[in-house]
Amino acid sequence: MLSVSNLHVAVGGTEILKGLSLEIPAGEVHAVMGPNGAGKSTLSYTLAGRQGYEVTSGSASLNGEDLLAMAANERAAKGLFLSFQYPLEIPGVPSLTFIRTALNAQRKARGEDEIGAPAFLKLAREQAAKLKIEFDMLKRPLNVGFSGGEKKRMEIFQMAMLSPQFLILDETDSGLDIDALRIVSEGVNALRSPERGMLVITHYQRLLDYIKPDRVHVLAGGKIVASGGPELALELEDTGYDRFAQAAA
Amino acid sequence: MAAVKQTIDQVEQLEAYEHGFVTDIAQDFAPKGLSEDIVRFISAKKQEPDWMLQWRLEAYARWLAMDAPDWAKVSFPKIDFQDLYYYAAPSQKAGPMSLDEVDPELLKTYAKLGIPLREQEVLAGVQGAPRYAVDAVFDSVSVVTTFKNELAEVGVIFCSFSEAVREHPDLIKRYLGTVVPTTDNYYACLNSAVFSDGSFVYVPPGVRCPMELSTYFRINAQNTGQFERTLIIADKGAYVSYLEGCTAPQRDENQLHAAVVELVVLDDAEIKYSTVQNWYPGDAEGKGGIYNFVTKRADCRGDRSKVSWTQVETGSAVTWKYPSCILRGDDSVGEFYSIAITNGHQQADTGTKMIHLGKNTRSRIISKGISAGKSSNTYRGLVSAHAKATGTRNFTQCDSLLIGKASGAHTVPYIEARNASSKFEHEATTTRLSDDQLFYVMQRGLSQEEAVQLLVNGFVREVLQELPMEFAVEAQKLVAISLEGSVG
Repeated sequence: MLSVSNLHVAVGGTEILKGLSLEIPAGEVHAVMGPNGAGKSTLSYTLAGRQGYEVTSGSASLNGEDLLAMAANERAAKGLFLSFQYPLEIPGVPSLTFIRTALNAQRKARGEDEIGAPAFLKLAREQAAKLKIEFDMLKRPLNVGFSGGEKKRMEIFQMAMLSPQFLILDETDSGLDIDALRIVSEGVNALRSPERGMLVITHYQRLLDYIKPDRVHVLAGGKIVASGGPELALELEDTGYDRFAQAAA
Repeated sequence: MAAVKQTIDQVEQLEAYEHGFVTDIAQDFAPKGLSEDIVRFISAKKQEPDWMLQWRLEAYARWLAMDAPDWAKVSFPKIDFQDLYYYAAPSQKAGPMSLDEVDPELLKTYAKLGIPLREQEVLAGVQGAPRYAVDAVFDSVSVVTTFKNELAEVGVIFCSFSEAVREHPDLIKRYLGTVVPTTDNYYACLNSAVFSDGSFVYVPPGVRCPMELSTYFRINAQNTGQFERTLIIADKGAYVSYLEGCTAPQRDENQLHAAVVELVVLDDAEIKYSTVQNWYPGDAEGKGGIYNFVTKRADCRGDRSKVSWTQVETGSAVTWKYPSCILRGDDSVGEFYSIAITNGHQQADTGTKMIHLGKNTRSRIISKGISAGKSSNTYRGLVSAHAKATGTRNFTQCDSLLIGKASGAHTVPYIEARNASSKFEHEATTTRLSDDQLFYVMQRGLSQEEAVQLLVNGFVREVLQELPMEFAVEAQKLVAISLEGSVG
């Protein structure tokens, strides 16, 4: 599914990722953990195709297709979804309109028919109920005036509606209280399937109590410095990132 | 590299002005330049009565003593008024005529512009054509007005201004110049002397005009000024919704459009006036384009009268325009909804004036300015309340959106309250279309162009909603076209 090999990325002339490699097969959830400044967000932005993140060498592919050759929207149409650490506000565009526009843009890019209004609304009602989102909220401009927790829930709602192949969750737990964390995690777990892959980027182990990873990787100094099973996350909780940060330096 | 790409994009975008063609047609011109004789020539061409000529001559004499205003935040070379033509008209017989008598080249022009002139087709619902009446003004004359008879059945007069001067002199004498006096300002005064054509609407008491009325202005001839004059009167309890659209060919010289629009609203009447302005904006280097110097004003003379101005301004090299409301009648209401978009080297200084004279009068201003390229976009607005205008309310919201790094947005509000019971609210924001937002939207599957369109449409949505439905879709497309290639 997702294959990243020896990836070097510079931002504004400074190298942030220094030879990162990662393999996430379909059906698996991998967590990438690391200290602040390790390059976690750089990894998610680079995979999603943000401008200004310059790949100087290495490769990244999804289902064998070269991600780095595609614009951000083309990657989205191939099924890559990034749940943002800080979701953006889109004034004047109702959430449902936004999601429907996005869904149809993706379907069009894949050569599929647009989804009709009745089918779309039915799906939206079902998914909103699962995430305990008031339907009226979906008529409001996307994320405008939403609390931090509401924004994160809306990210997961978008994810459920767009039904992507590969999910990247960037610090999805930040700013969430325990109840919201549980709802969001249930939403994510509902999307686990043998066809989907997930990359969960987080600073804290807490999120992994709810979204159980198959593999855990430690990112420090721009590379993966350790990989292991779920127990690695618990170990990190005890010992901290210091020894890995030193190893990377 | 980015700069080069941006330039290429902008050139492509400016070439995308789809109304830039010229109609090759025989035209009658007045001799070049401006003099008393030219004023007489225009009046004679229009077969005007003597009182109309005298009105024009008086305005001309006053204009000679006036100076051009210099307070707006726009700059352009001094206009040589002797280097312009003041009258250009397709060679044809004067006065109203049937569509069969109209030059086929002209009909083709309007077909190309998508303006429905054939009532039968409109009635037959050809291509789902929207059902609204049109007055088509080509350079200095009105070519044809549709649905006149059907409107006459309910007493609504809808005709060219020239025809109204001949056919309804009493109404013209009674109302012309009563909202915008001859000497109101330099360009209005010039217009009063040399005005060419425009529309006249009279809606009798208690009548709700059964369809949308619209005027389509087209500048075609070279070096020619267009001096539109429009007068709309809504008598007691009447209602009318009116829309004007404007386009011009792509030319290297600047062309002048100096219009005057007067609205008179009596007791309990309402006028909804919408503008979609898409004059040629000039090329990538800022060469050519229309100077759009316009005076539009509504006089809410009657109690409980209402005026609503909605404008979508995307064209013109320089715009100088402040559709205003004089809220004279008690409990009268004025509204101004505006989208002003500038790109390339365009300059716009636009806004409104809400002058509260009557008691408990209310006004609302929603202005959305978008500046891209190297353009400059200024909102200038006055809200004032007279000492006797107690209990007045105003709400103003001015939002500016900047795209790119070389554009400018300015907000210049003037607020004058001469009594203690007036409540004025003013909100203003300036934001930049951020890379973060663009990336977020693109990550969800929209291309960069689609992402800009979505964000801009969200920004202007409040105002688009105020347009009559047939035109809202068109305006939305226009907004998208005006900003194509603005993100490099």
